Amino acid sequence: MTATAQGSVGAPLGRLEGPQKVTGAARYAAEYPQDDLAYGWIVPSPVACGTLDAVVVDPLQDAIAVLWHGNVPALAAVDDPELAVLQSEKISYRGQPVALVIADSLEAARRAAQTLSLSITAGEKPDTVLREDHPGLYTPETVNPSFPAESAMGDVDKALKSAYIAIDEVYSTPALHNNPMEPHATIARWDGDSLTVFDSNQHPSGVAATLGEIFGAANVHVVAEHIGGGFGSKGTARPNAVLAALGARVTGRPVKVVLPRQQMFSIVGHRTPTIQRIRLGADRDGTLTAIDHQATSQSSRLFEYAEQTAVVTRHMYAAPNRRTGHQLARLDMPTPRWMRAPGEAPGMVALECAVDELAERLGMDPIELRIRNEPAVEPESGEPFTSRHYVECLRRGAQRFGWSGRDHRPGRRREGDWLIGTGVAGATYPTMVQPSTARVRRLAPDRFEVAIGAADLGTGARTILAQIAADALGVPASAIDIKIGDSTLPVASVAGGSSGSASWGWAVTGACRALVASSSPEAVFDTTELVGKQGTAGRHAFGAHFAEVRVDTVTGEVRVSRLYGMYAAGRILNPRTARSQFLGGMIMGMGMALHEEGVLDPAFGQWVNNDLAGYHIPAHADVEEIDAEWLDEHDDQINPMGSKGIGEIGIVGSPAAIVNAIWHATGIRVRDLPVRLDKLLPDLGA
Amino acid sequence: MKTFTYRSATGLDDTLEPGAVFVAGGTNLVDLMKLGVATPDVLVDVNRLPLGEVTSLDDGGLRIGAAVRNSDLAADPRIRAGFPVLSQALLAGASGQLRNMATTGGNLLQRTRCRYFMDATMPCNKHTPGSGCPAREGDHRNLAILGASESCVATHPSDMAVALVALDAVVVTNSRRIPVTELHRLPGDEPERDTILEHGELITAVELPALPAAANSAYRKARDRASYAFAVGSVAAALSVTDGLVSDVRLGWGAVAHKPWRARVAEERLLGGPATKDAFLAAADAELADSRGLRDNAYKIALMRNLTASVLGRLAEAGEKR
Repeated sequence: MTATAQGSVGAPLGRLEGPQKVTGAARYAAEYPQDDLAYGWIVPSPVACGTLDAVVVDPLQDAIAVLWHGNVPALAAVDDPELAVLQSEKISYRGQPVALVIADSLEAARRAAQTLSLSITAGEKPDTVLREDHPGLYTPETVNPSFPAESAMGDVDKALKSAYIAIDEVYSTPALHNNPMEPHATIARWDGDSLTVFDSNQHPSGVAATLGEIFGAANVHVVAEHIGGGFGSKGTARPNAVLAALGARVTGRPVKVVLPRQQMFSIVGHRTPTIQRIRLGADRDGTLTAIDHQATSQSSRLFEYAEQTAVVTRHMYAAPNRRTGHQLARLDMPTPRWMRAPGEAPGMVALECAVDELAERLGMDPIELRIRNEPAVEPESGEPFTSRHYVECLRRGAQRFGWSGRDHRPGRRREGDWLIGTGVAGATYPTMVQPSTARVRRLAPDRFEVAIGAADLGTGARTILAQIAADALGVPASAIDIKIGDSTLPVASVAGGSSGSASWGWAVTGACRALVASSSPEAVFDTTELVGKQGTAGRHAFGAHFAEVRVDTVTGEVRVSRLYGMYAAGRILNPRTARSQFLGGMIMGMGMALHEEGVLDPAFGQWVNNDLAGYHIPAHADVEEIDAEWLDEHDDQINPMGSKGIGEIGIVGSPAAIVNAIWHATGIRVRDLPVRLDKLLPDLGA
Repeated sequence: MKTFTYRSATGLDDTLEPGAVFVAGGTNLVDLMKLGVATPDVLVDVNRLPLGEVTSLDDGGLRIGAAVRNSDLAADPRIRAGFPVLSQALLAGASGQLRNMATTGGNLLQRTRCRYFMDATMPCNKHTPGSGCPAREGDHRNLAILGASESCVATHPSDMAVALVALDAVVVTNSRRIPVTELHRLPGDEPERDTILEHGELITAVELPALPAAANSAYRKARDRASYAFAVGSVAAALSVTDGLVSDVRLGWGAVAHKPWRARVAEERLLGGPATKDAFLAAADAELADSRGLRDNAYKIALMRNLTASVLGRLAEAGEKR
């Protein structure tokens, strides 16, 4: 479809770089040719705690250099201790980089890494397992990024005691691992004091600033033109970038470091396991009188990353008495970080499964129970919502999915060996915006260049920015050249928090409007002030997920026959790329419900299934019928485009819809994800 | 990856030098070499040997060249019609791309996917004899319930091999003939040895004897996702029922032991008896009498019981209609 000057935004434009990607012409970080390139291979710690005393290299191996804390230059400390690579003898987790081998070939570097001997004084038995009764649990001051760790209103305990029905259940979710198709990868090259880095990341401006600080370099150029996914794990500089730059500095050659899949499980940041206790109190008619959500998660010894698991519960349902809280254990394990909808994704598993359990106890339609508890304003802050169409998503979604006439009792539908059930769960994600700067130039009367240091993870960001610019300039999208993915472009915010399109689009809109209003060939627009002036309000996208599953009574195998999402997420800028984002989130939600789990060997502190044969994500055959649709939502209080972030909401609630459908099919409540056949089989009774 | 040299096999009588291994599809071996778990000095490529044909034998059986690709074998009309269990087992394994590379001989010789074996930095009696077996206490959810030893609880990962043991297939090497049921070993105290093959012994073919019951055969695989996953339990079965009584039955079990498991105890129970669900369950129970579940894999005992009864039940129904 050709986008017109009258309205590029809203048109289903294909990805601008699509032909480049499918023909292999698009370059990813590890693919930039370099003269005299050397290869780095990270040596991971084989123990979870202890100290590294010496590194002895096999003289038969062809290594150019082996870097470890005994021989590397000191790096300036930054606020992420994971980036202080090879700076200390202390080992904080198994898999932590303890040395970098540099060689003339990838194979030689890897073999030298496999054969070198590490002299390690191992620590005591490592503390690697998150438990509800872990003696080290504490309440952090804030949770990611800066929410209070606790909140309370009214008297929850009293309300629960006098409730007609009270639910008190514990849900747990495992460690989940970021596995974008393109692994983390960096090529670093020094020219004098200037550092050039080809790096797969979600934030070229931020990575350049961080590397500049670490190496004391004024000139750092980060190139991140095409990114093969990130999910949050490339939101900041990761150890691979620092190690490549360090290796290049020491050897005087360009150095490439590409993480093998196995190392992705430990050093790029995973989703913390959670243990969540939910208590709900309700009246006979389903009106919630109390909500209590207490979340326990973990972080490393190095760094306090406290995930905001229960924060989502502060915005979801009305109830006069409410409490949320977070506790953290610091373990001899890698540092967890962002993974698609950190907080919301696991938090809504617990909340939305508990709501389903409450509906069962009340004998209510779980959709009606949710609608009964729709708040007029943000329940804890009292702020009005700029827009909230959750009820409409539930109702319209129910209609589209075919919910009416559902027998709400479990285990009623059987076809041959299969038990069949349906489930629903809500979805929500905060609508955020961050300061960014964009520049637009008139190259010719009918040709414009829009430049911003944004990153396109494969989401369609580049395409959407062209559409936004086209409309602001009153020209077709084909008149726009987009320059992104480079730290020398105007500073942009991270492609994270589902805030990219809103943040960058605002800056692009401002720059284009300024260009139109002036006679100058160039305009630059910085949104810092405007973003800062945004008042407080309840800004969120909402949605509803529906699932139909079948469970094989012979094996306990679960198949998702249908998965459906209905969203209210502001103005949809490009229906084609938006649909892809929604579906991708839902499929990742399916993985969270049924497949994904870092399997921990506690004795070693290692997730042992650390490759994509052992760590299951949905295969094509797992995705049968799937669809996403949205309401036409208008919200003029969020940003000039009226758009809400859509990158993460698809994984929020979709796992719970599947888990609830499994209960509806079988009558079995599995409260420990993922729901694999061995958790169902004992109770199925073939 | 350890530096190695490469040469083509000189013929079926190639004398393999010490430190050398044969490579065909390489779909498992090359992974293990990258991981540092397999460290051969020499790779001897057998892809140019004339082992790529499926030929019909006079007695109605088939001779499958060791280099026949899994995808070609699964699609062979003689296999699909006469030995559907084998075609189904092949198609249940791996992915299209891997099946295009993987060979009949190589599939039999693939190594366990036990996570400790796949990690050279972990103790493992299979890759480093005497270093211990962390799987017993650690991750063993998909490991053995039958025939395991103190030193190893690994499972054999092949789907194809489960069908072959049920079909009484025979492995032909450059020096002898071995029933597939005898090819793989139980771990005992030598888990580093997967099979009875000697160094330099090359699988040249797999023979399927004529087996009328195989026309009514099926493979069923339970797994943690719909495709591209190793079995957590699988059943290969062939069944003939005459006048309501079992006149022939062959049962292979996968993902339960260090070898593809021929369920002979169950077969003996069934032979001559009624083809009923109760009989199928009782037979499975008899086979499982010696099973040992660890903390996280005991579910396989119920799974194999259910799978066996389900597959045999369907074959009994299908057999009646024939």
